[in-house]
Amino acid sequence: MGFLAEAKHLIKANIRDYGMYIALLVIILTFTFMTDGLFMSSRNISNLLDSTGYIAVLAVGMTLVIVIRHIDLSVGFLAGFLGAIAAIFLSQMGMSVFLVIPIVLIFGVIIGLFNGFLIAKVGIPAFVATLAGMLFFRGALLNVTEGTGTIIVNNDGFNALGNGFIPSLMEINGLHLLSLLMGLAGILLYIYSEISNRRNKAKYGFEVVSFKIFIVKLVFVSFIIGYITWILAGYNGFSWTVVIMLLVVVIYHFLATKTVLGRNIYAVGSNPEAAHLSGINVTKITLFVFGSMGMLAALSGILFTSRLQSATTTAGTLFELDAIAAAYVGGVSSAGGVGKVTGAIIGAIVMASLSSGMNLLGTGISYQYMIRGGVLALAVIFDVMTRKQRA
Amino acid sequence: MSDYILEMKNISKSFTGVKALSDVNFKVERGEIHCLIGENGAGKSTLMKVLSGVYPHGTYEGDIVFEGKVQQFNEINDSVKAGIGIIYQELALFPDLTVYENIFAGNEIRKGPFVDWNETIVQSSKLLQKVKLKVDPETLIKDLGVGKQQLVEIAKSLSKDVKLLILDEPTAALNENDSDNLLELLKELKSQGITCIMISHKLKEVISIADKATILRDGKTIVTLDAHKGELSESVIIKNMVGREIEDVFPKRIEKKIGETVLQLKDWSAYDPELARQVVKHANLEVKKGEIIGIAGLMGSGRTELALSIFGNPKNYRLQGELEVFGKQRTLKHTSDAIKAGIAYVTEDRKGNGLFLIKDIKSNVTAAHLKGISARGVLNLNEEVKVGTDYKNSLRIKANSLEQAVGKLSGGNQQKVSLGKWLFTGPKILILDEPTRGIDVGAKFEIYTIMNQLIKEGLSIIMISSELNEIIGMSDRVYVMAEGAIKGELTIEETTQEAIMELATQ
Repeated sequence: MGFLAEAKHLIKANIRDYGMYIALLVIILTFTFMTDGLFMSSRNISNLLDSTGYIAVLAVGMTLVIVIRHIDLSVGFLAGFLGAIAAIFLSQMGMSVFLVIPIVLIFGVIIGLFNGFLIAKVGIPAFVATLAGMLFFRGALLNVTEGTGTIIVNNDGFNALGNGFIPSLMEINGLHLLSLLMGLAGILLYIYSEISNRRNKAKYGFEVVSFKIFIVKLVFVSFIIGYITWILAGYNGFSWTVVIMLLVVVIYHFLATKTVLGRNIYAVGSNPEAAHLSGINVTKITLFVFGSMGMLAALSGILFTSRLQSATTTAGTLFELDAIAAAYVGGVSSAGGVGKVTGAIIGAIVMASLSSGMNLLGTGISYQYMIRGGVLALAVIFDVMTRKQRA
Repeated sequence: MSDYILEMKNISKSFTGVKALSDVNFKVERGEIHCLIGENGAGKSTLMKVLSGVYPHGTYEGDIVFEGKVQQFNEINDSVKAGIGIIYQELALFPDLTVYENIFAGNEIRKGPFVDWNETIVQSSKLLQKVKLKVDPETLIKDLGVGKQQLVEIAKSLSKDVKLLILDEPTAALNENDSDNLLELLKELKSQGITCIMISHKLKEVISIADKATILRDGKTIVTLDAHKGELSESVIIKNMVGREIEDVFPKRIEKKIGETVLQLKDWSAYDPELARQVVKHANLEVKKGEIIGIAGLMGSGRTELALSIFGNPKNYRLQGELEVFGKQRTLKHTSDAIKAGIAYVTEDRKGNGLFLIKDIKSNVTAAHLKGISARGVLNLNEEVKVGTDYKNSLRIKANSLEQAVGKLSGGNQQKVSLGKWLFTGPKILILDEPTRGIDVGAKFEIYTIMNQLIKEGLSIIMISSELNEIIGMSDRVYVMAEGAIKGELTIEETTQEAIMELATQ
């Protein structure tokens, strides 16, 4: 097979996976062009990623929830509520940030497990159980913020999570050294894992893509990582939010693709009955997925509170729907069993890019909502079409 | 000159390569009760689906002549309009609606744009009288027993001016009393000029009611017997139902070393709380190392339920009695316990609850035993490809690649993937539920060969099958089930198709 033919074949075979990357690229190029490059400026990209963080972590959890054919509507106000709890612990009770964060995360896990219990054990439909949770936590958030109104957080360590950047060590030509080093490490790690992967496959005698395609892929992905690093290094470097987001993606991606637990989650999603008959404990899987969702909601609440440096009475409003939208744009399928963690992040970035780009262009908020709705619909249409093609 | 209300001429129908019907001829005279008989898979239901338009015109070959006209039904509504009513085994009623709403569902009596409920109730009462059902038309369907629901279905058909009524195993789920009532009613309807086709497995009831009986076997018409010419008797029916010789579809029997008992059930019962009935009744059963146990019986006789009750009880039946695995009494609370105990269950419905259709071959093969390709919970994906390749080769699964979604494979290859999935768990006792349903003869032979190979390796197999040939061709010992109970145990020497049928139709 010639180089072009192989490339064409690969793209066609993986159009579902590549679709949103292509969409993201188109969006970025369009906005960059329309804003005379402002969109791709260091400052804008840095801001864009930071403002994606608290939705992106939710979208990761939501993807797994949708993969097992459920939904979680409670995460928005749960994030708001737990963010307020964190603020109270820090400001009113003066607790250490190193204590507050794990405690709040554990609260999230417990609440998530409770949701999972209602759904898996009691048998309440996820939509209803988590709708009840949404109302409850909305009330709970109002309840804890009612007396004081907005709770200001003065803890610098905590606020750095949403606003701060990793230390730079040294500036080289105005570039952020540690970020550059991390980017470089990322590129090396990527190249190493790809090469060892390829070697392993060869050892087992499996088919691999041709060497030319392999090199092109390596260069292309390395370039993207390098370019983003370069852009961010030109402003303040990697923010803590970006680092946390990357960490969540790496952990969850590993969990989803490389572990027994992850495989069982997808098995439950693609056919719960067959999963049960294969010895998989569907109840436990459901509990785990909702527990993880609760933890990520807590993390989202922490990031958001830290970003605003305060807990407000309306924090978390509509986060759940943004997360669900991001998950769907990222290619999750409501029929279950299909959806990637990396897709969720890309989905969240697509949605954030739309907002950011349209803000730069001064598009009215009314049009922004309509366009984002259109994009969501398009993403799902794309999903349905490619699924038909496969079936 | 006979007056035929229905003539089906040279009907052929195939599903992705498997011929379900070939050149079937079926004639029904006006005003008679005509029974359609055959083993599971003989083509009865397919033939009725062709007739009622479930399989639209053009998807089959041959002609349907109804009321002297060649009919081309494109959907069920067309056949309903022509006057054909069909009542399936699984009733198509709405449990939360009332009797009268159900009778006129989809066929509402209108006054202008609105439903005329008063008239509906009046008409329903009349129809209920016709079918001799004494219930208030405002009763909810779910509050009626199955027997009465059956009558509501018939009333529903009558509301549409049915000329030909088809009943698919109407008495399968009924007790004796309800069955008798129903048969009486059919005779009554016959006297009112309604022609009736009844599919049934219960030979006694066929003989008591039928004017004629047509027997299907392997998708072909074998014979039509006329009761009025004295042609209808149980022995003749059974002979014609099973008449074929055991062809060369089975591998040669192998020398077997039968060992100690590996699984035993003592007075084993299962109650299904969802259906609110006893699905397995006081079963006693023994499986020895290195043998193939056949479990015969008709559909709905409790065979699958028996298997599930052993295999970790996924449907949460209430169990009673003792289960011994390798001499130890066990309580298997979850399918994972059963797998650990060395039991594997290849389901009857491989698409519904056996396979992950959107996933590829390798991940299906490893799904029940991820431990085999992982260390400390982390998967070795290369090892998975290796395992997948091994099974693909050894079971001769035909596919473009290991990454092919299982949903795209043929039935035989899907069954092999399903088998591979369970073999990878390293079972000692393998339960196969209808292992060759819907797959072609070649693939069947391969599956049988694999079974023999496994027996040689010291496994024990419990094979549930509706195909009598398969039971006789493969088993060493046979249990026959009917209505949830084991009605008899046959050594392979005693096992004939007639002997099985006799026990199964009790």
